[in-house]
Amino acid sequence: MLKRTVYGVCGAAILGLGLFSLYASNPSIDPVTLPVKTDFSPQMIEQGKVLAAAGYCDTCHTQPGGKPYAGNYEMHTEFGTIYTSNITPDLETGIGSWSQAAFNRAMRIGVSRDGHHLLPAFPYEHFNKMTDEDIQAIYAYIMTSIPAVTQEKKDNGIPFPLNVRSLQAGWKLLFADDEPFQRNDKKSEQWNRGAYLAEGITHCGACHTPRNALGGEQYHKMYQGAAIDGWIAPSLTVTSTSPIAWRSQDFYEYLTTGNSPYHGSAAGPMAPVMHKGLSALEEADIRALSVYFADFAGTTDISKPDANDHLKVAFAAQHQQPDQRLNQGARLYATACQACHYSSDQLVKGRPLITLDSSTHLDEPTNLINVILDGVRSDQGISGIVMPGFRDALSDADISAIAAYLREEAGADAWPKLQQKVADVRKQPRFQH
Amino acid sequence: MANFMLNGKPMSADVEADTPLLWVIRDELNMTGTKFGCGIGTCGACTVHVGGRATRSCITPVSSVEGTEITTIEGLSENGDHPLQISWQKLQVPQCGYCQSGQIMQAAALLKDIPNPTDADIDAVMGGNLCRCMTYVRIRSAIHEAANAIKENKNEQTA
Repeated sequence: MLKRTVYGVCGAAILGLGLFSLYASNPSIDPVTLPVKTDFSPQMIEQGKVLAAAGYCDTCHTQPGGKPYAGNYEMHTEFGTIYTSNITPDLETGIGSWSQAAFNRAMRIGVSRDGHHLLPAFPYEHFNKMTDEDIQAIYAYIMTSIPAVTQEKKDNGIPFPLNVRSLQAGWKLLFADDEPFQRNDKKSEQWNRGAYLAEGITHCGACHTPRNALGGEQYHKMYQGAAIDGWIAPSLTVTSTSPIAWRSQDFYEYLTTGNSPYHGSAAGPMAPVMHKGLSALEEADIRALSVYFADFAGTTDISKPDANDHLKVAFAAQHQQPDQRLNQGARLYATACQACHYSSDQLVKGRPLITLDSSTHLDEPTNLINVILDGVRSDQGISGIVMPGFRDALSDADISAIAAYLREEAGADAWPKLQQKVADVRKQPRFQH
Repeated sequence: MANFMLNGKPMSADVEADTPLLWVIRDELNMTGTKFGCGIGTCGACTVHVGGRATRSCITPVSSVEGTEITTIEGLSENGDHPLQISWQKLQVPQCGYCQSGQIMQAAALLKDIPNPTDADIDAVMGGNLCRCMTYVRIRSAIHEAANAIKENKNEQTA
């Protein structure tokens, strides 16, 4: 009897494994010769260029100082370090031998030309929302316009068993959204265009939607904010902790100038998203994205932030400061920050009021600490202006005093273990790009 | 290699990416009007304009200012006749003078954003520019003087 049970269980396990292997395996797609410019229309290549920018292919597939699209950008995930692939049209180390079909399969279901599963750090779930025509355009652009670079991909630092590629099939079965893009006919054409872009090529949810313990996007918490690359991608919905809700014109101003005076600047991983990525899109597309996200934020264009109590409190706080002899944070803020972060009684672009800033209101102080440590470069936030970095100038105690002071001035609850948090953020790998 | 515009002229310097902008300006480009004070961005002596905004150059890595337009005290006005430079001379603001280029650059940025500053506005924005000779009272007066001069100048132009 026991023997029979054991045989039965083993048999079922082997059969299950066999069926899973069958399910998990994908055929290799034959290599092809590299397509040439005349294979595509110039309009298609141009359209691919815009879409490739808006999908930040360059940001994740280029290492700092490296050749565009040649890969080996180091991604720090909670499962280990991932090095991105070479997606230049190099025949040996890139994707030069990939047919359109192989490229489409990778973009839609995350399977490489040779049949192995790609990791979900590559946001194929989002790219799958795109039309065939848009995916073809990106293929046309990469194959004809990106210089081929011979560069082997470095091995990922992902431990066993997470590195077993066939297990990705199970992950996909459990977590991947394989639905095509769904229009919402109750919403405007503009909203639907925004949805198509945000859920597809610009894959906003890849950073802004929280993930479960195994890295799957939690669709019921779409855009509700998540930790990414040592930063926090804030909530874009009604769950946002920003004291002033985002309107479509705020999103538009932020996405076109790198800053919304009521909310803050595009720093950290959001800087290349906005400056290198979305800036390639037409104005109408940025407007569409803004309308789409304002709907998630629950605002209308006629919301008036000027009448917001938080704004009045923020202005008033500038004129009622605690005694600098007694409050170290206030003293440091006055000497190190206030020359720029003071705007009397009206908001001045380029003089951000930190008591309003999203970084001061998030549940975690991560973004505020990151900016104090490393500042804002000329190609981040508002183009052409900078914030210095205090990494080598201020101690953990100093920075936590400033952050605690700002948090208090903003009227939010104190962040627990703040000084330890400053020490932790100081030690984490710096976001490079 | 760092590239930016300095006082209207394209400049490039072959330096490490993390070199503070102050050292590039002083040692590589030999513009010594901008001073080194505390080295930790809390005294204001090293203030220059990056993209028109007052910036502490001692803690700004040169890699951060790639492609920007930088103005130092040498480039604030062509003939040293910015309203602040005039009011500074008129009221005899400097004593030892070491912090003064930083003070003037900070004040120039202040007047662009807040053209009619109150004493409280001046104290808030200028509070990070230290002067060990304690010329604060005259600095404040000279900023008001320059603000008035700019206003009168504008009125004359529109009249």
